[in-house]
Amino acid sequence: MRVVLAEDLFLLRDGLVRLLEAHDFEIAAAVESGPELTRALAELEPDVAVVDVRLPPTHTDEGLQCALAARRARPGLPVLVLSQHVEQLYARELLADGTGGVGYLLKDRVFDAAQFVDAVHRVAAGGTAMDPQVIQQLLTRRAAADQPLGRLTPRELEVLELMAQGRSNAAIAGQLVVTERAIAKHTSNIFAKLDLEVSDDDNRRVLAVLAYLDQGR
Amino acid sequence: MSIETQNSSARGDGLTWARTSGLAAVRGLGLALVALPGAVLCLVLSLVSIALIPIGVGIVTTPWVLTGVRAFADWRRVVAAEWGGVRIPSAYRPLPANANPWGRTFGMLGDPATWRDLRWLPVDMTAGFLTALLPAVLLLYPVEGLALAAGLWRAFPDGYWYAFVPVTGQASAFGAGALALVFLLLFRLLPAPVLRAHFRLTRALLTPSQAELAERVRVLTETRQDAVDTSAAELRRIERDLHDGAQARLVAMGMDLGTIELLLDKDPQKAKELIAQARKSSVDALAELRDLVRGIHPPVLAERGLGDAVRALALRLPLPAEVTVELSGRADAPVESAAYFAVSEVLTNAVKHADAERLWIDLHHEDGTLRISVTDDGKGGAVIGAGSGLAGVERRLGTFDGVLAVSSPAGGPTMVTMEIPCALS
Repeated sequence: MRVVLAEDLFLLRDGLVRLLEAHDFEIAAAVESGPELTRALAELEPDVAVVDVRLPPTHTDEGLQCALAARRARPGLPVLVLSQHVEQLYARELLADGTGGVGYLLKDRVFDAAQFVDAVHRVAAGGTAMDPQVIQQLLTRRAAADQPLGRLTPRELEVLELMAQGRSNAAIAGQLVVTERAIAKHTSNIFAKLDLEVSDDDNRRVLAVLAYLDQGR
Repeated sequence: MSIETQNSSARGDGLTWARTSGLAAVRGLGLALVALPGAVLCLVLSLVSIALIPIGVGIVTTPWVLTGVRAFADWRRVVAAEWGGVRIPSAYRPLPANANPWGRTFGMLGDPATWRDLRWLPVDMTAGFLTALLPAVLLLYPVEGLALAAGLWRAFPDGYWYAFVPVTGQASAFGAGALALVFLLLFRLLPAPVLRAHFRLTRALLTPSQAELAERVRVLTETRQDAVDTSAAELRRIERDLHDGAQARLVAMGMDLGTIELLLDKDPQKAKELIAQARKSSVDALAELRDLVRGIHPPVLAERGLGDAVRALALRLPLPAEVTVELSGRADAPVESAAYFAVSEVLTNAVKHADAERLWIDLHHEDGTLRISVTDDGKGGAVIGAGSGLAGVERRLGTFDGVLAVSSPAGGPTMVTMEIPCALS
């Protein structure tokens, strides 16, 4: 699997290259600035891009903007965005086009190599990987303010949280140590309570959840 | 060759004085023609409006009229700077944006600058008018004298007084012509200094007094002290947070790594546990640093500017909030930061104390001022009290000459308005 990596700090770039290569990814390019990233994404057509939000020359959200522009040019181009901080604002912008293949994680998540690599694979396959912190922010807010989420049981909220991170039913079942059947029942309950159509597409589930959470503002 | 050069330079000098004096005459004439009716109108309207305050009409009209007077005075300040190089400071007290007519009227009447304007108007319509007109008179009067000498005297068979010369025939007309040449000599020298004298007169009457400047200095000293105190307290807090938080965790990690090195061969299982612990320490340290950074300068603010930073802030609130942003550029970083933390504090207040269901945040920039309003549908009763969060916000904004106004009747809604003079880039 070919990866384009954009990270301006040498230590982190080097570390990520080693980590990804150790997990059988092919690094098509490891760049350190926005313009280089734009060029690499256009010319190398990678299977997935791993991008730091903040890049030179502006040191603002250059990486995010380049990734969004590249996805406009090539809808569905898988992009995993890394950052020192996570913002719902950015998560929304990444999810807005509804084509999936989007990840948004704190840089700390790299520490758990297995989970990180799993996230890269998920994004490359067109799924999503949202940082638990983004989801956490969404849920605390909505549970307090909105009625429908208040109807969910604590267990269902737990499932919703994992589901929003982009986990499959099997993965959720593994994490909560219950059967996959039980999770399927929970998800259909959640969809029913939130008036959402049931869908077996991993990515659509997150989009539906986020779209729902987006309502009423 | 050299003679020609001399000639041309002499002609150049001649043209220079003619242009300088002519320009002064034209400008003075224009100024006199606008200033006289302007000053008369301003003075009359002001006096009538102030006289009508007891019957109520004046309450409504006075702010409008005085705003007009200020605009007129400010225009004259601009003219004085551009045409005469005379800088006249303008120092009107700012009025709260949402003050009622009563507050505006008495706020303006309480400003010494208002009374200074009103004292200046009668002088401007007399001495100011004459000094502005004189340069043009010095140009036109010699023309009249020369015209008399050239034969215009015949049009006045009964005689005609040109200054102190009675013109009755060609001989006395030549006398008038000679006098006209003297006047023309004056025209060569006087117009520019006279017009400058006009601007100096304006400055003498419109410049804020020592007392006001002293007051301004006092305010600046106070706000600067606040700013220094605030930033010193911030630095102490950051130092303590780093010392007790991230720094301590790094020490713990270093110790764990040392122990791991020892255990690696003896007790690999135990070493593995310690590695997991060290990793957790690093995650915790990062989380603490992230919170600390957010408190110093939020990353979204650096990446996106004030508008998106406030949007991101609103998304973190436990209440739904509607954010409207109309900013055409970015303000200076210190202003952005002050505005962001002011909004953050006001929002925290609203969430904690207002019992609100919903919030509205509006940011826009016009007339060189950044205006931010935060409205909630809570129970009201918010005040800028000593020790309250809002007093802190007021101090924070004071450093940038910003102001804070709170409208919060019992029962709500509460609207907090902040204004900071600044430019966008």
